[in-house]
Amino acid sequence: MANHAHKLEIFRGLIKFKSNTQKIWGVLLLLSIITAVEVVLGIYKPISLMTPSMTPFEGGFGALLCNIIFSGFIYMKSLNLLFIVLTIVKAYYIAWDFMHLRDETKALRRLVVWTTIFLISYLIFILLQEAGYIESVYTNGFIKRDF
Amino acid sequence: MDSTIVSTGTEGKTWGGGNQPLKSSYGKMMMWFFIVSDALTFSGFLAAYGFSRFKFIDYWPIADEVFTHVPFLHGQELPMIYVAFMTFVLIMSSVTMVLAVDAGHEMKKNKVIWYMFFTIIGGAIFVGSQAWEWATFIKGDYGAIQTNGGNILQFGEYKTVDGDLIFKRVAVEEFTTASETERVQHENKNGLWFVGESALPVFSVDDVYHGLESHPSILVRTQTINEDGEKTVLSREASLSQVKDNGKRYVKGANLEVNEYGAPLFADFFFFITGFHGFHVLSGVVINIIIFFNVIIGTYERRKNYEMVEKVGLYWHFVDLVWVFVFTFFYLV
Repeated sequence: MANHAHKLEIFRGLIKFKSNTQKIWGVLLLLSIITAVEVVLGIYKPISLMTPSMTPFEGGFGALLCNIIFSGFIYMKSLNLLFIVLTIVKAYYIAWDFMHLRDETKALRRLVVWTTIFLISYLIFILLQEAGYIESVYTNGFIKRDF
Repeated sequence: MDSTIVSTGTEGKTWGGGNQPLKSSYGKMMMWFFIVSDALTFSGFLAAYGFSRFKFIDYWPIADEVFTHVPFLHGQELPMIYVAFMTFVLIMSSVTMVLAVDAGHEMKKNKVIWYMFFTIIGGAIFVGSQAWEWATFIKGDYGAIQTNGGNILQFGEYKTVDGDLIFKRVAVEEFTTASETERVQHENKNGLWFVGESALPVFSVDDVYHGLESHPSILVRTQTINEDGEKTVLSREASLSQVKDNGKRYVKGANLEVNEYGAPLFADFFFFITGFHGFHVLSGVVINIIIFFNVIIGTYERRKNYEMVEKVGLYWHFVDLVWVFVFTFFYLV
């Protein structure tokens, strides 16, 4: 095991570390910076990021498709979208460098990553979609809540 | 013996057996399988949280107003600071863990021992912090009135801070005095041995109403989030009538049934998801301790590889990975 090979580049080879230990500290720095950015944005909540960055497309099937494709930009506050993207970036570096997925075979990597991504995306879609429907019934239906 | 060995003529061929297409040991593969299934469990919980939140999207508590406490800094509102500290502790302990794995690859026993020790300390700090966070959340800080419909009415007043008029929360205790009551808590030992009830609220709704009446500056804040992303503050008349007409009981703090910060579901999911995660951290610490002692007595030195450290490391990083998501969806978004 002594000559266990590690891939030492991150950012697609933009940064190459000299040793595995050095790479670990580099990744820690990156994760800390991302967390600090999240915390600062979470505390100050810049007004410019508190609204969605796009308005919904109108009319026709193409507009519907565009609304689905850009749903993150249309229906989500920019700040929340940013938080989720940063979280996924963090998750990537934890899995790739701390859990050594970068050094595993491509097949194992895909086995782990695509299975979870596929199932979780489906779960999120179905639950949030239905929750939106129930919310619309609560809001527009004849349900009294303020008592 | 010869007769038991069957030669199939497929040795060395793709389907002849003995292949390791993933070039990973059995133990590591199984740990990955476990991690994938556990990731699906956690995502089920978090998606359920999203489901409930989307159902009550305009009424959900704002996390920044709930988790504002930091140990030893009593009375100051510092949202996010403590949970950011916890996140950093967990990431840090992940780093010491991966350094232990790295030292294991180089067969440096003493380094593995020290890094695993720091990992365990980090895990313990995290679990302790989470216990503190729970205790603070359960204790509550301002108190509120729950209405017949299950809504929460909170109290506060407008104050000028640095030239800006902002709504400052006021604790119910500050403007209410408890009246005499003849009602005593029904305990199992006093009446029917199989019937009991939980502690009675300190104030009755009438007490709170009288307190509100005699303090003209205090207003009620409802759960409804307005266009500015803030909770709606009622006018003075509406405040009084809300408490008088709809008030049911005084609540303080949070448990599985009531939550002074808003929807009880928020508290339920908080306890369940952070509790489940905290249980993972706790079991991770226990497994880490076991492996730590195995390293000390030289089990892996004799085995000539430290793969066991790597496997427990995978689990530990996974716990960190889950926290990254819990952090985002409970505290940030």
